[in-house]
Amino acid sequence: MTDTALRDAPLPGGSGADDVVLRARGVGKSFFGVEVLSGIDLDVRRGEVHGLVGENGAGKSTFMKILAGVHVADRGTVEFEGREVSYTHPRQAMDAGLVTVFQEFTLLPERTVAQNVFLGREPRRGGFLDRTGMIARTRALLDDLGVGFIDPTARVGSLTVAEQQIVEIVKALSFDARLISMDEPTAALSDHEVELLTAIIRRLTARGVAVVYVSHRLKEIFDLCDRITILKDGAHVSTDDTADLTPAELVRRMVGRPIQSYFPEPVAGTVPGDALLELSGCGNAFVDGVSLTLRAGEIVGVAGLQGSGRTELVEGVFGIQPFSRGTVRLGGAPVRLRHPREAVRAGLALVTEDRKAQGLSLGQSVLDNALLVVRSVFAGRTRAARRDIPGILSALEVSSRGVDQEVRFLSGGNQQKVVLAKWLVTDPRIVLFDEPTRGIDVGAKVAVYQLMRQLAAEGKAVLMVSSELPEVIGMSDRILVMRDGELAAELPAGAAEHEVLAAATGAREGAGDVVADPRVAGAEEQR
Amino acid sequence: MKRVRIDSTVIVLGILLLTIAVGAVLVSTVGRSFFSAGNIRDILTGMSVLGLVAIGQTLVILGASLDLSVTYVMSLSSLLAATTMAGNPGNIPWAVTLTLLVCAGIGLANGLIVTVLKVNGFIATLGVGLILQGVLNTNFQGSAGAVPWDFQLIGATGIGPVPLSTLIMIALAVAVWFLLGRTRTGAHLFAVGGDPEVARLSGVRTRPPLIAAHVMCSLFAGLAGLLLASRLGVGSPTVGQQGGYALLSIAAVVLGGTLLLGGRGSIWGTIGGVAIFAVLDNVMSVMQVNPFLKDVVRGVVIVAAVAVYSRRAIVRRRSRFGPGGTRTGGDAAAIAAAPAMAAASAALDPTTTTEGGAR
Repeated sequence: MTDTALRDAPLPGGSGADDVVLRARGVGKSFFGVEVLSGIDLDVRRGEVHGLVGENGAGKSTFMKILAGVHVADRGTVEFEGREVSYTHPRQAMDAGLVTVFQEFTLLPERTVAQNVFLGREPRRGGFLDRTGMIARTRALLDDLGVGFIDPTARVGSLTVAEQQIVEIVKALSFDARLISMDEPTAALSDHEVELLTAIIRRLTARGVAVVYVSHRLKEIFDLCDRITILKDGAHVSTDDTADLTPAELVRRMVGRPIQSYFPEPVAGTVPGDALLELSGCGNAFVDGVSLTLRAGEIVGVAGLQGSGRTELVEGVFGIQPFSRGTVRLGGAPVRLRHPREAVRAGLALVTEDRKAQGLSLGQSVLDNALLVVRSVFAGRTRAARRDIPGILSALEVSSRGVDQEVRFLSGGNQQKVVLAKWLVTDPRIVLFDEPTRGIDVGAKVAVYQLMRQLAAEGKAVLMVSSELPEVIGMSDRILVMRDGELAAELPAGAAEHEVLAAATGAREGAGDVVADPRVAGAEEQR
Repeated sequence: MKRVRIDSTVIVLGILLLTIAVGAVLVSTVGRSFFSAGNIRDILTGMSVLGLVAIGQTLVILGASLDLSVTYVMSLSSLLAATTMAGNPGNIPWAVTLTLLVCAGIGLANGLIVTVLKVNGFIATLGVGLILQGVLNTNFQGSAGAVPWDFQLIGATGIGPVPLSTLIMIALAVAVWFLLGRTRTGAHLFAVGGDPEVARLSGVRTRPPLIAAHVMCSLFAGLAGLLLASRLGVGSPTVGQQGGYALLSIAAVVLGGTLLLGGRGSIWGTIGGVAIFAVLDNVMSVMQVNPFLKDVVRGVVIVAAVAVYSRRAIVRRRSRFGPGGTRTGGDAAAIAAAPAMAAASAALDPTTTTEGGAR
């Protein structure tokens, strides 16, 4: 069945309310007093693919977790096949036929495909596991999906990501699923793998299974979905037939909000100077063909979807996953940074994505944390650094009971400021930020932004990776967009959110006028 | 098409065969025969006590826990059995039952502390072990009790060159192999050890398998204690500690290819690991190697074997470009899978390749 035929044909079993497998009304959820979902209404029909789109933080994942029984809704009702349901454990939802395929796989890499599919409800015969039966039933499910090339006795860890994704779906089907919700199923898949997944989903819907499909890739949403629901800031924006929606309109509805005004203006007199960091054709196992120039006095933002290689790019520069191809120049001189220690010595700093796991030693004091890098890399400068730190901390307005307090007792914003202090005291020339404002309050965010402006004014180069589009747009002098491990586009300061999103998702419309990258243009021509 | 990975049990067997080959040559240089019936009996006898402890330890480690209390359980078991038997053959059934019940109780305590109180297995069993040591030291000053001759026969008889104790150990290993491969408890133990959250989301009750593993581990330590009592003829409050069985059993399990983090491993790997230690000990005894050098050799073997396994580290993030990748120009596995995938998608929906698949 072609996608248009599927889309235009009347749904099997007639029309109207009978077709609705899942009916959500006014579903709301708050965490710690913060409302993340406010009254979501959603109808999912038998045999349809229902796209669920929205920006990060729009509430898609929370909604899916409520369906899956991971979270319980505070308000509203969910009806599944006409009965009101409220699951408190994922297994209850699965047994009812409402199965979720999460972004994080729920597979055990050391166990076989069959063992994973039947985990928790292994068939038994005479008290012992019915292994042959388990393998036969798994094989039947795989054959049924047309993926008989996956061996039910293969270790899941030996399969490709796409095959693992299929095993997740097979696991879902083994529960006799009537509704499967999928969270970004293609985030880690390549194009031919996406095609296979698409074919599998079509086969499922032809049988009357309903699919809720969450993805950031607009092409897939438009290719695959019958109807699209847009969420924004925890609220329902619209539900439309795919035919009635254009990608440009969809992006506009997803974003449609004014950029917050708390981004400070550049410090007067800041001008881009010499190139401090130049990458040409750099690549490793995670990113490829990256060429960029970072100048003194410049703030360059890096945008991209989850898994697009944003973090891997800065990890490559900083020597965590050293580049195996291409050349890196610092201040014009070629260097090879094979270890973070070499990067620090060369004048780089990296404020990592996960401050608790990668940025701080939580059980140690503010002072010890602030001295972490200096002590280990520039031991001779420790004494001077010890003198400087109180000044740096107070300039950053860190509120703690003193430099002896353990950082674990500080708020997220203050912890982040300690991380910043740790790097400022090394006096870096190039500062890489990875998600610098994740999980911190607005006041601390503004402090981080002001620091970036100040660093630029002092003639340092700043590279900032962020999944918050307003932040990238509000702070950057230039915006680089990563997609599938490569630099997909470079946009000027003040680019619109939908332009960045279009470049990051590879959307067809709304991208043509801004994307100068020949690779993307080539992809356009092919279509 | 088929992607082969060398099974760790195969590696262990390889190391074992290598050890035997080198050992046989070395033993022959001092004019003795490695393969004589007497020597083989010595090696197998050396395997049975450590083997019993290591089988139990395998279960616990597969569940991502540890048991350091086994040494004290062994000592307690030997004392309980010997003092209850008190030289009277009629007391044997009762003494064995009582001993094993007490051991199971200790295992249950370990399991509950680990699963319900959520104390790390290392610390939980260290604490329980210290408590047992205190109990032993306050109640027994030295060897105590008497084991009747009928019971001593278990440690002394055999079929041909194969001691009865080794046969018991192997029979129990087969039982555990069955448990791991053919029961839900076994499957769920692997799951809980591999990733408790995945297990929970799949509807596995995560506590029972690990509690069962701890109970069985203590039972196996109890059996090892009974075997020692049968060999010594008395119970001893220090017999477990002297053998260093806790760490040695963990070493044998890891040497056997079981992941210390849990979720991967096999019982036959463990038996292989035990056999390697037994052969090493035997060769060094025959060669009259300095006892301190023995420990050095053991240490080197453990470190070397685990270093080999670490080379096959679990990849946490799949690469996208180059070797191991799933994308452009990557991963042999992905390339190998590509034609099958393309064929499958074509068969499923021919329109995708012609209509939507301009790429």
